[in-house]
Amino acid sequence: MALELKNLYDDFRDAATIKAYAKIISEDAAKLDRAINIMEVCGGHTHTIMKYGILQLLPQNIKFVHGPGCPVCVMPKERIDHAYALAMQEDVILVTLGDMIKVPGSKGSLQDARSRGADVRFVYSPLDTLKIACENPTKKIIFFAIGFETTTPMSAALLDAVIKQKIPNILFHINHVTVPEAMELLLSDAECKIDAFLGPSHVSVISGSKIYEPFPVKWGKPVVVSGFEPVDVMESISMIVKQFLEKRCELEVQYKRAVKREGNLNAQKLVDKYFQKAAHFRFRGLGDIPGGGLELREEFDAYNAEKIHADILPHEPINDHKLCICGEILKGKATPPQCSIFGTACKPSSPVGSCMVSSEGACAAYYKYGNLV
Amino acid sequence: MCLSIPSKVTKIDKANKTATVDTMGVSREASLDLMEEGSVNIGDYVLIHIGFIMNKIDEEDAMASIETYKEILSIMDEEECARAIEESDNCPNGGA
Ligand code: SF4
Repeated sequence: MALELKNLYDDFRDAATIKAYAKIISEDAAKLDRAINIMEVCGGHTHTIMKYGILQLLPQNIKFVHGPGCPVCVMPKERIDHAYALAMQEDVILVTLGDMIKVPGSKGSLQDARSRGADVRFVYSPLDTLKIACENPTKKIIFFAIGFETTTPMSAALLDAVIKQKIPNILFHINHVTVPEAMELLLSDAECKIDAFLGPSHVSVISGSKIYEPFPVKWGKPVVVSGFEPVDVMESISMIVKQFLEKRCELEVQYKRAVKREGNLNAQKLVDKYFQKAAHFRFRGLGDIPGGGLELREEFDAYNAEKIHADILPHEPINDHKLCICGEILKGKATPPQCSIFGTACKPSSPVGSCMVSSEGACAAYYKYGNLV
Repeated sequence: MCLSIPSKVTKIDKANKTATVDTMGVSREASLDLMEEGSVNIGDYVLIHIGFIMNKIDEEDAMASIETYKEILSIMDEEECARAIEESDNCPNGGA
């Protein structure tokens, strides 16, 4: 299917800088002896790349692979079913963030649970959960925590406040996942087509660029940590192409204004106090990733909804529809339009697979900005 | 919309560990829980994510970034623009 993308970049003045980068990238890329596939790990970057038509500005031999960095997209169905089962209990208010509320599990989404009488709330900041708990002293508030390294410290800060303020009615269901382990899993597939990574912005602000140091060394893949703005992304792509041209393989930071090597140590300390690495986390579309998630430390079992309510939670993994090729897309083996039900049976209003669920997912971004509607 | 517009700190409430910040004219509160005590001061530029200050950035970088966002926002209609600022720190899912 031919895909025409909108030309948003034409409309803003930074277009000059973007075009200048496009020219440099084209000139450099012309000297390469092969095509390179760059994975943008973060869904925020997928969004920027699609929204500003960046793919159209790039020469034929610079290609993008859309990565797994969308916390909602990587949530397997059985964990959505956990949220659903917890929410359907009489005395529970289930609190969560973002698009989580729309993702269908095997019984429906949290939105569906709400229409069936469950009390499900969406908060802007995890700390808003404290207010809900104080206003509903007879209810059990379960915070369904999602996100990569970026949002884990915020969940830790919430637990810290719950303990310090002795709030008796907040529990946690933890679904925090980690970026480097997911990147390693992709690379360990012999057929993986990724040549370089565009490193996430926010994750790196918290964790520091140090978390990517093994990738150039151990895996021979350059990483450039990039900001969110279209100009940032263009500059980062240019930096990657230059590495190939000059036969370098390094970790570089384009987003220097916000990312330091060490990251936010205070936030890391807070995370370490409450969380430890889980043995594995099953990513939707990718499967089990060793060390790919976090769990509460045992001493905080009294706050762990997953343990306290283990009896009502399903444990069997639930796979996606067999026509869904999200896993292939995340590995760079396919693009969304190659899926046989893309835009037909699978749309943002009725998502079949994970990549169509959130506006950060690759399929949803192609659908929204691909002029397919 | 996953922007990350720098915000300027306008007030600090030490007792509650919160700061009031201005994001391109929109005022709101953010938690200081992730920042070392005393490290954030009035006039500093910061990045916010789901209600928390995540880090500080240099004024010069912040201004350059704000200029870019002004351009991005100038091509949106009013409603889209207001929503983008409100949601600027709120990657749909607390993204990556
Ligand atoms: S279009 Fe839908 S079914 Fe196809 S790969 Fe994407 S999410 Fe999966």
